[in-house]
Order: sequence, then structure tokens, then C-alpha cells
Amino acid sequence: MDMLKKLYGPTGWAAILVALVVMLVMVPVMALLVPKTSAFHLSAYTVTLFGKYLCYGIVALAMGLAWGYGGILSLGHGLFFSLGGYMFGMYLMRMIGGLGQYGSNLPDFMVFLDWKTYPWWWWGTDHLAYVLLMVVLVPGVLAFVFGWFAFRSRIKGVYFSIITQALTYAAMLLFFRNETGFGGNNGFTDFKFIAGFPVAAASTRAGLFAITGLVLIVALLACRFIVLSKFGRVLTAIRDAETRVMFCGYNPLPYKLAVWVFSAVLCGIAGALYVPQVGIINPSEMSPANSIEIAIWAAVGGRGTLLGPIIGAGIVNAAKSWFTMSFPEYWLYLLGLIFVLVTLFLPQGVMGLLNRWKRT
Amino acid sequence: MRALRVIFYCCLLYALPAHALTQADLAPLVGDDFDAKLTLVDKLGESDDKAAKTVLQALSDGNLSASSSGQVVLSQGDTYVDAATGAPVTVNAADLQDVVVNNRMHRHLDSALAGLSLFDADAKIRLAAAQQLAGHADAEFLPVIVKAVKREQDPKIKKLLLQSQAMILLDSTDAAQRKEAAQILGGSDSPKVRASLAERIDKNAQGSAIETDPAVRQAIVKAIAKIDSSMAMAEYLARIFSGISLGSVLMLAALGLAITYGLMGVINMAHGEFLMIGAYATYAVQGVFRHFFPVQLDWYLPAALPVAFIVTFLVGVILERSVIRWLYGRPLESLLATWGLSLILIQAVRTIFGPQNVEVANPGWMSGGWEVIPNLILPYNRMVIIGFSLGVLLIVWLILTRTRLGLFVRGVTQNRKMADCLGVPTSRVDTLTFGFGAGIAGLGGVALSQIGNVGPELGQSYIVDSFMVVVLGGVGQLAGTVAGGFGLGIVNKFLEPWIGAVLAKIIVLIFIIAFIQKRPQGMFAMKGRTVDN
Repeated sequence: MDMLKKLYGPTGWAAILVALVVMLVMVPVMALLVPKTSAFHLSAYTVTLFGKYLCYGIVALAMGLAWGYGGILSLGHGLFFSLGGYMFGMYLMRMIGGLGQYGSNLPDFMVFLDWKTYPWWWWGTDHLAYVLLMVVLVPGVLAFVFGWFAFRSRIKGVYFSIITQALTYAAMLLFFRNETGFGGNNGFTDFKFIAGFPVAAASTRAGLFAITGLVLIVALLACRFIVLSKFGRVLTAIRDAETRVMFCGYNPLPYKLAVWVFSAVLCGIAGALYVPQVGIINPSEMSPANSIEIAIWAAVGGRGTLLGPIIGAGIVNAAKSWFTMSFPEYWLYLLGLIFVLVTLFLPQGVMGLLNRWKRT
Repeated sequence: MRALRVIFYCCLLYALPAHALTQADLAPLVGDDFDAKLTLVDKLGESDDKAAKTVLQALSDGNLSASSSGQVVLSQGDTYVDAATGAPVTVNAADLQDVVVNNRMHRHLDSALAGLSLFDADAKIRLAAAQQLAGHADAEFLPVIVKAVKREQDPKIKKLLLQSQAMILLDSTDAAQRKEAAQILGGSDSPKVRASLAERIDKNAQGSAIETDPAVRQAIVKAIAKIDSSMAMAEYLARIFSGISLGSVLMLAALGLAITYGLMGVINMAHGEFLMIGAYATYAVQGVFRHFFPVQLDWYLPAALPVAFIVTFLVGVILERSVIRWLYGRPLESLLATWGLSLILIQAVRTIFGPQNVEVANPGWMSGGWEVIPNLILPYNRMVIIGFSLGVLLIVWLILTRTRLGLFVRGVTQNRKMADCLGVPTSRVDTLTFGFGAGIAGLGGVALSQIGNVGPELGQSYIVDSFMVVVLGGVGQLAGTVAGGFGLGIVNKFLEPWIGAVLAKIIVLIFIIAFIQKRPQGMFAMKGRTVDN
């Protein structure tokens, strides 16, 4: 009980409760039970779109934790997101079974490459539990190994950012190749079933949406817990003055590494939730541009907060959806401007604006 | 049977009438008897007559026609001449029928023409003919080649002819001749020769070896090894060369990056876009030349250099004044803001020039290459780029070490506050330096436009690599940037043929991560006692 009190005040908890009710009850009801003719009906498209935003919200939260509290600006978070997505995508590909274009038990792209069996790294991917484990483990282990080497030699700041960017770039090139066994350019798509439910059905979509929402809330609480704990305090101190913290007798390595790995795992989970809703995963998700966009979500929402990045992800992506539909050629101008203006004039992001407005 | 034919042709060679070509000689060309036509082609190929060459050439080009009376005429545009004598004739064009040439005849024609050219007075024509013959020498040509070898003075042509001769003799029935042929062929460096040698020691469809004589086999194996080593040498050198040329471009891209980061602590993600703008400036200058000075088109490139430098310099100065100066000492934010700038620049170029790649042509004096040793051709454009990069490097070094601005730059890089106190106009130094770095990238863009595609995404493909150069070389250090650029370029090009471009990139990345475990400050760390924060 003390724990709960410590995490959020009464208003905070009330807000979270409302969010939970909206996501777990209202959206499914409006999507499934309200008749199509009603103004309150949510189409499957809308549900999927908002589900996508929630996934981005989880990623932005992970970014906000690592960057806002750990001072670790990763330009490679898209890699962990995609890895989670690919891991879950493997499961979804297995679930297509013989329903592919060629009627083979193998995915179409393997038939195309004239492969006769699944390569070894596809082992076990037809079991949901194993895949869920991999969704956590693969990004986690990669982040651990990479982070351990990077933080151990005290690579930080822009150096770290640039190297993470190179990392996701290299991974993108790797996944573009057909021999890597992940569908090359086209990636995975044409999913049919998830745990026995048809992927495209409105009820499955609503269910996935609810699960994503739940994961987001749990992740938010977990991050809040981390940030408020002693661990979080040391982490923030490392962000502000790493050398001084070292002089005080702390070794920054475990702190940075832990928050880095946790952040990567969150991204992986978000990716796994993203793929069945959007219905496709391909290597362009790993492009450096995508990863750097994640950073701007966090910056727009406000660094040094947890709620901010989630809001930022929503704002930027809603703007993106709208612009790419209405004025596709101007979207990049706007995105570029967001990058410039937010860094110049809104270092605290939207949350900073809100706080200033609250104070006056 | 084959030997008989050779003897037959040898006889023909000497039996050929010394008198000039007549219509009667050309009679077989009219009609459908292709065997007769072939015999005539071969006969003409052995003759020393100038007119014979004209006829063969015309036959090969499809300019030969026959009138209904059986006269063979050669069309020269609108007029016709007698094919045998060269005298102008008047014929009714409607009355003419083309002399039909089939594929088999084309092959004979090519070789016959090559054979004729072997005796040309011009060494260049002889060389070309010898090269053509080396590609597909048939046994029929042995006598011509033997004759040509005897007469040839030029060592290069003679070597080629000897090799062609050896290629033919490889099929000889005499084992000693085959062995000698194999030994001669060992001096060759052509992959084609290697392939036909390898064929000889291979097993045929029945599973028995084509070459049965053990001594000849041994000679062939030796020859193959010799060719292999000379080919490997050429490939090795070519790889170093392309590595150096890639490295010189990377160096140009990274120079400005390293200077501005050292000076201002700003990571410029839009740096790649300066390359792109430089390349587009080249494209624009090319367009202006095409339109206004088409005669001097070949010299658009030198004119593009100042234009590209000035344009990128101005863009750099504007960006520095408007955005970047507010980000000093906030490298992480500068990363994001400059990324935003790069998005805007890319989209602006898309709006102005369109999303497709534009075409920038190599000027005439840059196309082609220098054949250092056989199989190793160094393209002129890459050589020019390497020289150009080194020239730019020299200028940058001179500016940094020999000018007042350079002194200021080094001073501000070392200790901004102290320099400020001593009266250095730091903000002006910042602006100029940033513009200067952008200008260097613009020059790099001119270089890039000569070796790659020019499109809006040009800069994006180089930005990751040029950052790697900076990370590897250390910040604010010319020597580091140079070593990092060339090192990365050469390592990349060396790994590529073995494991492919993608794995090469990944390995290089792993290498860099491992490297900065040992030296977090890069190869050439700046000396100092400062501790950050």
C-alpha cells in the first residue's frame, strides 16, 4: 500500500484507472458491441491505428527512461523494437501453416529461395511461450552485450549515440539480405492466425489493443518505480555528473547497463505487440531515420518525465498520420521543423509547457 | 582432316592471284551458296589487296549489294561504286539486292578482317587485330599468325600473337608442341586463357582426361598457377586502389565533421547533406555549361568547384547563425536538431530537383583509365579524386596551421573561455569554421558526383561511415581523420570481396567497438588534462 502511495498521488491513480477502463472496456465495447451505424462505433482501422500509437508509446517510454533519466541517447532503439517484432513475426509466419501462396509448410520467401527446411534459428518458433521468451531475451541479450562493452570503456554521449546508430544500420543491411532467413526486403507479412484467432478479425484487434494498453500501463508503473527508487536516484546523478558519482564510490556500469537493457526489452515487447496489429515487419523499421524519430517523440513530450514521451509519441504520430495523408510532400518539412524547434525552444517538451502553464 | 584444310588454305595464300580484284572473283557473293561465299571470305582474308579489305568491311557492315546482272556494288551513302575496282557506277537502287550474310559468315568475316589488319602498317591497328584474334583464334588462322609473328617487331603485339598461336597449338597432335604452348600461355594474364587451360586438364563427358600426356598436364598446371598469381597480384593492387579512393572520399566527408565537433562540440547530422548540395551544385553548373558553353563542356568540373564551395559555405553559415549556435555544448540536442535540418534540406532538394537521381557526366578527360599492368586499370576519375582530396587536405592543413583564422580555431578548440578573454572573436570564428567545414563537404560532393549516383539521399549513405571515421580517428585531429578515412576505406574494400559488403560493414563496426575499448579517444587523442563534467 505504501508502495502504491509512493508511485502516484490520488489524482495520478485515478487517471490511470480511467485510462485502464477506456482501453480495456470502452474500446472493445465500442469496436465490437456498438452497431456499425452508430456514431460511437470504432472501426477496426481506428482500433489498429490507436494500437499502433500505444506501441510507439511504449517505445517512447523506454527511450524517455534511458535518455531522460540515464542520459543515454540511443539512436538504435528501432533495432530492439524490430528484433522483438521479428521474433514474434517468426511465430506468426509459422502459424500461416500451409495457407501461403505456394501451399508449402515453409513461408513463401523460403520456398522462393528453394530452402527445404527451416534454418536452425527458426527452431521452436511455433511455440508461443518460447517466442514470448525470445521477444524479451533477444533484444535483452544484444543490449547487454553491446552495452557492457560500450559502458565498460565509458563510451557515452554522442559517441554512444553514433555507435548505436551504426549498430542499427548494420543490422538493417543484414536483415535486407535474403540469406539471413528473415524474408529480405519484404520481411514478414500476410499473417493469418495468432494463438488460434484470425489476425484480421475485429475481436482479435480489440484484444491486442487492450493487451497493448495494459502493457503500457504496467511499463509506466515499472518505470515510475525504477525512477523513484534509490537506483533511479543514482542513475539521475550519473546522468548529471558521471565522474562525480564515480568519485563518490559508485560504479556507473551496472546502473547504466541495467536501465539500458530494461529499455531495450521494453522496446522488444512493443515490437512484438506492433507486428500482429500492423500486419507487417520489414528491415526498413531498423533504418537510422526511424530510430532517431523515436528520440524526437521523447523530446517533444518532454525529457525527464515518463508521461511526456508517451504523449509525445501520440502527438508526433498523429501529426504524421494526418500529414502523410493530406500533404505527403510537406511531412518531412514539418518533421524537420519539429526536430529543430523542439530542441531550440522547447527543451522540456510539452510537459514543460504544461508545468509552466500550471504554475502561472 | 583439319590439317588438310590448313594445307589447303596455305596453298590458297600463295596461289592467290597477284592481279587486282575483279568482279569475277566476287561472283560467289551473288546467290545463296554460303559455302562458296565462306571460301571467298577466307580467300580475301589471306590477300594483301587493299580492295579485299574494303569488300570484307562492307560485307561485315552490310553495305554490299548485287545488281540483277550480277555486278557487286558497294553503297556509299547515296552513290554506288564497283566493289572490285572502286569505280563509280550508276545502278537502279530498286534493282539491287543485299548480299546476304549469315552468322557463320560473320564469324569468319571478323577473323578475316582481323587477319588482314595484322599486316597493317599502323601498329595500333595491328594491336587491335591481335587482341581480337586472341579472343577467338581458330586453327584456320595458324598460317596467318605464324606469318605475322615472323614479321612483327612490336614486342607487345608479338607476345599477343604468340599467345594466340599457343592457344591454337594447344589442340595440336604433337605433345611437344602442346607443352611448349602451355609454357607460353603461362606468361598470359587473361582469364580466358586460364579457362581454356583449365578445360584441357578437366575431364570430358566420358570421364577421361582431355590431356593425356603427363608432361603436358604438368606444364598446364604450372601455367595456370602462373596466371593465377599474376591475376591475384592485379586484384590485390586494384583493391588497395579502390580502398584508397573510397577512403579519400570518406576523409573529405569527415574532415569538416571532425573540425566542427572539436571546435563547437556540435555533432552535425546534416553534414552528409552538404555533400549532397555540393553534388547538386555540380549538376547545376553542368547544366549551365551545357546550355551556354557547350563547347567547353569538358571544363564544367573546375568551374563547379568554387560554386559548390561557396554554395555550401553559405548554407553552412546560415545554418550556424540560425540554429547551431544555440546548441553549443549540448551535443545530444545538436544531434537531433541537425537531423531535422538534414530532413528539411533533403526534402527541399526533392522539391527543387525532383526525387529521382540526376545525371552528372564525367568530363572527357576523366573517363577511361590507365592500364598499369594487365588486368589492373586505374580509372582516371578515381585518380583525380584521390589527388583532389589530398590537395584539399593540404589546403586545410595550411589554413589550420599557417593562418590567423587557423590559429584562432586551434585556440578556441583548446580553451574557448581563455581564447575569448584574449580577444578572439569566438562567435565569428565559429561561424567561419562551420561554413568552412561545410564548404569542404561541398567539395567532397563534387568529387562524389563523379563516381556515384547523385540523388537527394546521397548524404545519408555517407553519414554513418563518416561518423565512424571521426570516432576512429579522434576528434579535432587532422591526422586522425586522414588515418581513419583511409583505414576504413581500405579495410572495407579488402573485406568486401570475401564476405560481401554487408558483412564487411558489420565487421568494421565490431572492429571499431573493440578498438574504442582500448582507446576511447580515438587513434589520435588530443592531449589535455580536462575531465568532462
